[in-house]
Amino acid sequence: MPTMLEVTDLGHRYAAKDGVYTAIDGLSFTVGSGELVCIVGPSGCGKSTLLRSVSGLLRPTTGQVRLHGNLVSGVPADLAVVFQDYSRSLFPWLSVQRNVEFPLRRALGRAERRERARQALEQVGLTGAAGKYPWQLSGGMQQRVAIARALAYRPALLLMDEPFASVDAQTRFELEDLLLRVRREQDTTVLLVTHDIDESVYLGDRVLVLSKSPARVVADLTVDLPAERDQITTRESERFVAMRAEVARLLHSPPAEVAAPARERAGAVVGE
Amino acid sequence: MTARTTRFLQQWLVFAGLVAVWELATRAARAPFFPPPSQIARAMYQQWLSGPASRLFLTDDVFDHVFPSIGRMLGGWAGATVVGVALGVLLGRSAVAMDFVGPLLAFGRAIPPPTLVPVFLVLFSLGTPMQLATIVFGTVWPIVLNTVDGVRAVDKVKVDTARAFRIQGPQWLFGVVLPSALPKIFAGLRVSLSLALILMVISELVGTTNGIGYQMIYAQRQFELPAMWSGIVLLGVLGYVFNTLLLAVERRALAWQPVGNHAQATGG
Repeated sequence: MPTMLEVTDLGHRYAAKDGVYTAIDGLSFTVGSGELVCIVGPSGCGKSTLLRSVSGLLRPTTGQVRLHGNLVSGVPADLAVVFQDYSRSLFPWLSVQRNVEFPLRRALGRAERRERARQALEQVGLTGAAGKYPWQLSGGMQQRVAIARALAYRPALLLMDEPFASVDAQTRFELEDLLLRVRREQDTTVLLVTHDIDESVYLGDRVLVLSKSPARVVADLTVDLPAERDQITTRESERFVAMRAEVARLLHSPPAEVAAPARERAGAVVGE
Repeated sequence: MTARTTRFLQQWLVFAGLVAVWELATRAARAPFFPPPSQIARAMYQQWLSGPASRLFLTDDVFDHVFPSIGRMLGGWAGATVVGVALGVLLGRSAVAMDFVGPLLAFGRAIPPPTLVPVFLVLFSLGTPMQLATIVFGTVWPIVLNTVDGVRAVDKVKVDTARAFRIQGPQWLFGVVLPSALPKIFAGLRVSLSLALILMVISELVGTTNGIGYQMIYAQRQFELPAMWSGIVLLGVLGYVFNTLLLAVERRALAWQPVGNHAQATGG
C-alpha cells in the first residue's frame, strides 16, 4: 500500500497571554492510500489543529506534511474537508444541489457539474432534497450534503473533523455506515478525527491515539475487525470490545515511555 | 377571514379612524393652516391625477415635478449603493484599511448631510448635479458601514470551507463574501433609502426650479396650504411605497434565510 499522507514531527504553537501554548508537538504518522485512519484523542488535545495543519489551512510551526510526497504549503487541490459544524460549513444561500456544485465551478462545465452533484447526492441518499435549502433539512441530512459536496469534489484524501459529533446517536450510526459504504465505492482515503472511542474503532482500519495537549501519538493500532462492519454485531463482538477497551486505557493512562514527556508538558504553557 | 386580511384590516383601521377624526376636527376648527384631509385629497387629485386618459390621468405636474424628484432620489440612492458596496467590500476585506480610515468614516457620517447643500450649491450651482451629490453623500455612509460590517463577519467555518475547496477570486467574492454580507447590506440600504427621500426634498427646497420640494415651498409662499399639504402626503406615500418595494426585494433576495432572522442596521 503506497503512502498517501506523511506527517513528520508536526508541531504547532500559539502565542497565548501567558506565554506560548503548544497545541500539538512532534506528531508523526502516515496514512496509506485507500486507508481509513481515525485519530482519537481527549477533548481539547489539539485534534482540530492537527487536521487544519494537515489540510494546509494552518501553517505548522515545526515539521512537515507531505501528500503524495509533495510538501503541503497551502491547501492541496485533491483534498476535501468535512467539518463538524455542518450548519456553518454549508452555504445557506445556495440550494443543496448548488452547495455540492459550488467547489466544482472552477474546474467543470455546467453539465458535468450537475451530473457529479446528482451522483454524489444519490450516494448519500438525498436525491429528493436537491432543490431545498440547507435550513430546511435536519442536521443529519445537512451533514450528508457536506459529505456529498466532499465526494463530488473527488478528493484523493478526505479529511473529517468530528463529522458526526453534532448529530443524534441514531443518525450518527447511519452516517457512519454511509461513510464506510461510500469510501468503499469511491476508494477514498480518509483521515477522520473524533473524540468518540467506539466510533474510531468501528470506522477505522487504523486508530491513532493522541495524548492530552500538547498532542502526541501514543499508539498506532491496526483494527483487525472484518472489513464489513455492522452497528450491532460488530459492536458486540469480542474483538471490538477488547479494542475499545485498549483505546480507552491508552487515552486515560498513556504508556510510561510516552507519558513522561507528555506529563512534563502538562498544563501546556511553557516559556513565560 | 384569513389571518392576512385580519392583519391588514387591523393595520389600516386605526389609520382610517385617525384620518376621520382629523377630518372632523379640522372642519370644526376651520383653522386655515390645517385644511381637512378631504380638501388635501381633492388638491392632490387636481394636481396630479386629473390628466388625460392617454397619459393614465397623470397631469403635467407629475411629469414636470414628481418624476424628476423620484428620478433624483433613486439615482442618488443607486449611485450611493454602487459606491457604498464597492468601498465597503474594499475596506472590509482589508486587514488594516479600517484602522486608517475608520475615524474618517465616522466623521463623514457625523456631518448632517443637509448642511452640505450650500457647499454643493457652490460647487455645482443650482440643479440636479447638486442634488445628486447631496443625496449620494448623505446616503452612502450607512451602506459603507454596513457592508464593512457584513463582509468582515463572514463565518469562520465558511472561510475555512472555501479555502479547503480552494475557492478564490471572483467566486470567493461573489459566491461567499457578498452573500454572507447581504443581510447587513440590505439593512444599510433601507436606512439610506429613507435618508434619500429626506435629502431629495431638502435639496429641492433650496436648489431647483422643479420637483416635489420646489412645489411645496412654492405653494407655501403662495399660501396655497392644501397644495403644500398634498406635497407632504405625497412624500409620505412615496416613502411608504419605496420601503415596501425594497422589503419585497429583500425578502426575495434573502429567501434562503431561515424565517425571522433579519439583521439590524448599524450606523445610519
